[in-house]
Amino acid sequence: MQTRYDQADVRRLLDHWVDQVAAGFSTKEPLIVVGIRTRGETLAQRITPMLVDRGFEKITRGVLDITLYRDDLSEIGPRPMVRPTHIETDINSKPLLLVDDVLFTGRTVRAAMDALADFGRPSAIRLAALVDRGGRELPIQADFVSLVQKDVPMSHRVKVKLAETDGADEILIEPRNAG
Amino acid sequence: MTILIKNGTVIDPSRKLEKKLDVLIKDGKIASLVAPNASSGSADHVIDATDKFITPGLIDIHVHFREPGDEEEETIASGAAAAVAGGFTTVCCMPNTKPTLDNEAQIEFILRESQRVGLANVYPTGAITKGREGKELAEIGQMHERGAVGFTDDGVGVGDASVMRKALQYANMFDTVLMQHCEEPTLSKGAMHAGLVSTTLGMPAVPAEAEQLMIARDLLLNRTINCRYHVQHISTAWSVELIRRGKKDGQRVTAEVAPHHLLLTDECCRDFDTNFKMNPPLRTAADVAACIEGVKDGTIDLLATDHAPHLAEEKELEFQFAPNGIIGLECALALYIKALIEPGHIGWIRMIEMMTVKQAQIVKLKKGTLAEGADADVTIIDPNLKWKIDKESFVSRSRNCPFHGWEVTGRAVCTIVGGAVKWTLPA
Amino acid sequence: MSESTEVRWTRKHLLGLEELSVDEISLVLDTALSFKEVSTRSVKKVPALRGRVMVNAFFEDSTRTRTSFALAAQRLSADILDFSEKTSSTSKGETLIDTARNIEAMGVDIIVLRHKAAGSAHLLARSVKCSVVNAGDGAHEHPTQGLLDLYTIRERFGRIEGLKVAIVGDVANSRVARSNIWALTKFGAKVFLVGPPTLLSKSFEQLGCNVVHSFDSIVGDMDVINMLRVQFERIQSSQFPSVREFTRMYGLTWDRFQRCKKDVFVMHPGPMNRGIEIQSDIADGPQSGILTQVTNGLAVRMAVLYLVSQVGGQS
Repeated sequence: MQTRYDQADVRRLLDHWVDQVAAGFSTKEPLIVVGIRTRGETLAQRITPMLVDRGFEKITRGVLDITLYRDDLSEIGPRPMVRPTHIETDINSKPLLLVDDVLFTGRTVRAAMDALADFGRPSAIRLAALVDRGGRELPIQADFVSLVQKDVPMSHRVKVKLAETDGADEILIEPRNAG
Repeated sequence: MTILIKNGTVIDPSRKLEKKLDVLIKDGKIASLVAPNASSGSADHVIDATDKFITPGLIDIHVHFREPGDEEEETIASGAAAAVAGGFTTVCCMPNTKPTLDNEAQIEFILRESQRVGLANVYPTGAITKGREGKELAEIGQMHERGAVGFTDDGVGVGDASVMRKALQYANMFDTVLMQHCEEPTLSKGAMHAGLVSTTLGMPAVPAEAEQLMIARDLLLNRTINCRYHVQHISTAWSVELIRRGKKDGQRVTAEVAPHHLLLTDECCRDFDTNFKMNPPLRTAADVAACIEGVKDGTIDLLATDHAPHLAEEKELEFQFAPNGIIGLECALALYIKALIEPGHIGWIRMIEMMTVKQAQIVKLKKGTLAEGADADVTIIDPNLKWKIDKESFVSRSRNCPFHGWEVTGRAVCTIVGGAVKWTLPA
Repeated sequence: MSESTEVRWTRKHLLGLEELSVDEISLVLDTALSFKEVSTRSVKKVPALRGRVMVNAFFEDSTRTRTSFALAAQRLSADILDFSEKTSSTSKGETLIDTARNIEAMGVDIIVLRHKAAGSAHLLARSVKCSVVNAGDGAHEHPTQGLLDLYTIRERFGRIEGLKVAIVGDVANSRVARSNIWALTKFGAKVFLVGPPTLLSKSFEQLGCNVVHSFDSIVGDMDVINMLRVQFERIQSSQFPSVREFTRMYGLTWDRFQRCKKDVFVMHPGPMNRGIEIQSDIADGPQSGILTQVTNGLAVRMAVLYLVSQVGGQS
């Protein structure tokens, strides 16, 4: 199992990923790109100009915080900060792309879809996940994936680092308590 | 029945005595005090008081036993038991019972009950006004004749100056003592001391002046009447100063202070714990210091607990609605030691004086002394015994005590009333 | 807005602002920001407190605070029980604690308490296992009001530190004033308490405030003026002589308003006595934050309910 993807690797993965996404939508139609906080948002910011380069003229971007929609809220314990959600446009009847860094159990995506339901009814919701590490607990799949790594043990985590927030692009597969 | 208490140190302030002496008790009276091991003959009961103090039975002229009316809180029986467990052989109970102790039948009841129970001597005080309503004088003469040792409307002060003036004139005829709970009624709508803490908490509060006003008023009223007048539970710095000036002026005024006003301040109320709610309320550190100074210079004559039992569910209310008061008989001695002796403010003779002869003088009881022929009311105290105040082990029916858990030193280990051992510290 | 990334909310109850740290208060305000957004959606609800039960235990009349908490709970998808008891519990024979335990026995997660006795929320918190949020206990504290006032000021000015804030009126009997004093002084505002000596004692200076009896002497210097409601019971207890005199000396009249800074921000916890402590056109004008306070109040209460509900078990 490869445990490290450096900057060059990540750039390649991103290009491949955006190519897939571009192929999945019509460039002439509006497209709403919504990143799931926190890294999904950074990725959405990164790929939006890349999509514009590939001919998309009517892209709008939003950010979704799913903390309030988690299904483990009945469990007692401190939560991450609730940050605001910003979805400016009317999402009804338009295609919407959800963007996240790692697809794992599927619960984050389920929460995201619940949240979106309170905003409106897109014509279609597609999921772009940079890494699919398997381990699904719900019947949820990504439409666009660049790196499939299904043999990551439960004791390890997949960490996506991005230049904008972490200094450099990198994907690490490391034991959970490392660092 | 003879009792010999040996190997102890006698502290008898009534005769300025602090000496290693053995005490012989016979037929309920003090028979003699003799040099250690000098007594001839054997006694029925020998108590070894090595390293202990032998004092006249401790007296507290300000306690509340809730009988008649609120017996769940305390009865004469449970109160008298709590008294001996604290080393007290004589206590005076307040008249704010239900019904009020404002007639001779009530006085008789208390005296008889005290006799029947046969533990600490319980003497009643009578109300100054009927029903303690502050309007009409109660039957002071008849109560006095029956055996009331003093008069007070405790719980409240007599708010009407003209009524108080008449009370002083009238009571003076019997040479009895009028004790006053000094609190100007129009200033007393509050649940704690008016100061920074009450301002911070937004709690309705009573200013120090409420207490001082009534002291000043009564001293002025009494200047020409000169009835024996006693200020109960003094708590503010200026109250002490007023008494000091009154005494200097030659007036017949005495004063008492409670353990909590020597140890606690209004800071304790910040958590809204009603075990710190009493009347007069806890004051500031400066007031505590002034009360201690008053004890040191004799302005304050005696120490009294204002033992005020309340049940847990009565105290478990919003702070401003909870009843005032805390119990005190079973831990008072240790607390006085902590407040006064340990920091070096006064010595043992003075403290025992404030708990014995001074109290007896005010209520004119022939007690508070170990002179030959006196009633054999004796307290044996271990001044070095370290213990922890545990309210759950109290004999009193109530548990409202803020000193629970305090580590203290000094405790009565044996209480003798009328020549009979009424209580011994369990091993 | 500053982020408080590593501060966690660990309090099961919100009883007052006096004991909160600057970080904790910031955490509530930052959380409130996210909740403010919820109220702008078409579906103004999030499932965050689904399945939880909140009780509005109001022993004192209050429509606005009660409905604000009720709406906040609804927007979090919680279930609500309303318990309004206008007479004192003691006169009905049942103590506050007994009432609360009865409510708790029905399976309740949060009790929001308003009561006329200072310290009643503390008493409740000691006696029940669920969370307690103080919605006003006598003159002691009204923490959510203090928080929403702080939020509103910060939203308007971008900061709190250094701002000159006047709190005017019946300070001695005001829980809103006290909670505001804690919030503002912790964040470095300069607080000016304004009122007659009978309603404002000098000891407030020891809490870090300026005590001022002449409104006119400072009115031109203030960045924020928070007017408290005049309570007419104070006339009966001789704390001031008449409404007219009070308005003359301490009301935010049009004349006084002309002497204020151009961008002065006017606030009022409500309900207002129009024409008494504040003129209508000022209250309804562009310098007024009164309605914003109400909007922010909803977001702040959602944040508070959300945060305390995370802390469970015995405290």
